[in-house]
Amino acid sequence: MGDVRFISLGDSALTVEFGNVISVKLNETAVALSNRLAKDPFPGFIETVPAYASTSIFYDIAEVRRNFPEFPNAFHAVSSIVDLALEDLDTTASSPSRLVEIPVRFDAEAGPDLDIVAESAGISTESVIEIFSGTVYRVFMLGFLPGFSYMGEVDERIATPRKSTPRAVVPKGSVGIAGKQTGIYSLASPGGWQIIGRTDVDMFTPDDESPCLLRPGDNVRFMPVEE
Amino acid sequence: MSILIQKPGILTTIQDLGRHGFRRFGINPGGVMDPAAARMVNALLGNNERDAVLEMHFPAPQIIFEKGAVAAIGGADFLPHLDGEPLQLWQEFRAKPGSMLTFAGKGSGNRAYLAIKGGLEIDQWLGSSSTNLIAGRGGFSGRRLEAKDRVDLRASALENLDSTGTRLSPWIIPPYSSTPTVRVIPGAEFQSLSDRSLEIFLSRQFEISGKSDRMGFRLIGEAVELSDRAEMISSAVSFGTIQALPDNQLIILMADHQTTGGYPRLAHVISRDLPLIGQLGPGDKVAFQLVTLDKAEKLYLEFERNLKFLGAGSKFESAPN
Repeated sequence: MGDVRFISLGDSALTVEFGNVISVKLNETAVALSNRLAKDPFPGFIETVPAYASTSIFYDIAEVRRNFPEFPNAFHAVSSIVDLALEDLDTTASSPSRLVEIPVRFDAEAGPDLDIVAESAGISTESVIEIFSGTVYRVFMLGFLPGFSYMGEVDERIATPRKSTPRAVVPKGSVGIAGKQTGIYSLASPGGWQIIGRTDVDMFTPDDESPCLLRPGDNVRFMPVEE
Repeated sequence: MSILIQKPGILTTIQDLGRHGFRRFGINPGGVMDPAAARMVNALLGNNERDAVLEMHFPAPQIIFEKGAVAAIGGADFLPHLDGEPLQLWQEFRAKPGSMLTFAGKGSGNRAYLAIKGGLEIDQWLGSSSTNLIAGRGGFSGRRLEAKDRVDLRASALENLDSTGTRLSPWIIPPYSSTPTVRVIPGAEFQSLSDRSLEIFLSRQFEISGKSDRMGFRLIGEAVELSDRAEMISSAVSFGTIQALPDNQLIILMADHQTTGGYPRLAHVISRDLPLIGQLGPGDKVAFQLVTLDKAEKLYLEFERNLKFLGAGSKFESAPN
């Protein structure tokens, strides 16, 4: 394990930072740690949030203090538990990756920014679609909206910065690019990503027992469809 | 067996202490903006502290108790009246069938909480009754309350309509103010504050801007610059996280914050003082005082102990008749 930093995220949570870059390796550690703690929770554990290169852990101060009185405070107790978990963390076995295929319509109506991406790449829109759908993406984390997944990495050739002025409404199901990230708007929302297509698959199904289709660590392939 | 919303008020929602366990899916905890007030009105009535309450902003709603109930109001003082008679905050009252609750003005604070003895009958979504307005789930049909809505009461709300007029001992009520000094602990990028900005952050007042809601409070004040504004990748944030925006102004993330963010995390309001910021609104001013994490944890545990006394009923006073 490289440099691992433990930092307070308020008095009832801490963030374990593995680095400050988007990398599959660091994210594998973040997801594995998150799954490990959720599977084998310590007394006072509430939840974890795996992100690109970090795992945040939320806990109940009183429960942690009661169960680990030998530590000077809850932060140190949880840090110590995490340290132990990291020692024998298996970053591959703990979460078998799923491959989720998502049908996407890539045309001017569903993807109003296809032209912008093509123009900035100096290639045709057909090539943009081919390059984009030729990659398997990793779900690094969810955030922003319920069920919104941050995926990567988008091929350098078509990586396009966010729009300078966000749209007031991006339709639900829109597939966007922001630099080397891609994501699917799980709900209609304001947003600044370059929209290149749209899917009819629901990312967020609030009334299901598991309300979100994608999980951190999943692999995703976009399948071009007509209509 | 319900209360009827006669007039809705500007933003009235059903909330509880939040929805936990779903942040990793981008679903935030939500819940009341002032957790202390919600817990205290519930404890006062002998309810579970996690029971759902009405969170009301000003202009506040008009509410008719169709079948009568025992209830209590805490948090902001919107000058509550029952059938024209003034009510005290933090004190149990009995509402006769058909009586009307109104609010006469914005006295102090920004969020008032109404709890009903025995509790509200609210469907849970993912383990919580809190209203998630973005998902359109939780609380009352996933939305704010509107005129003619009927919020059902649990059967137990009608079982015991005796009220002793129990009221909360004042010592446990947080020191609410429109100009509070709230205690913070350093965040991940605290070290990137220049000396000058550190001094500004910890000595000036910051005004809550009009661009503030349940997701976050934008602050207006002197620029707080970072000596090192490295490109950051997103990670989890929390209720009370204070971030520096690209224009060097600050934002405090509130109950409906997004689960992740990529702006520098300067500091975090300690749990004990979340109720103080939870009662602020546009035009109010906040100052920050640095404390250690040890101190923050101690202050949290102290309040939990105080609330336990409350729950046990040993610190109640009965009001004179």
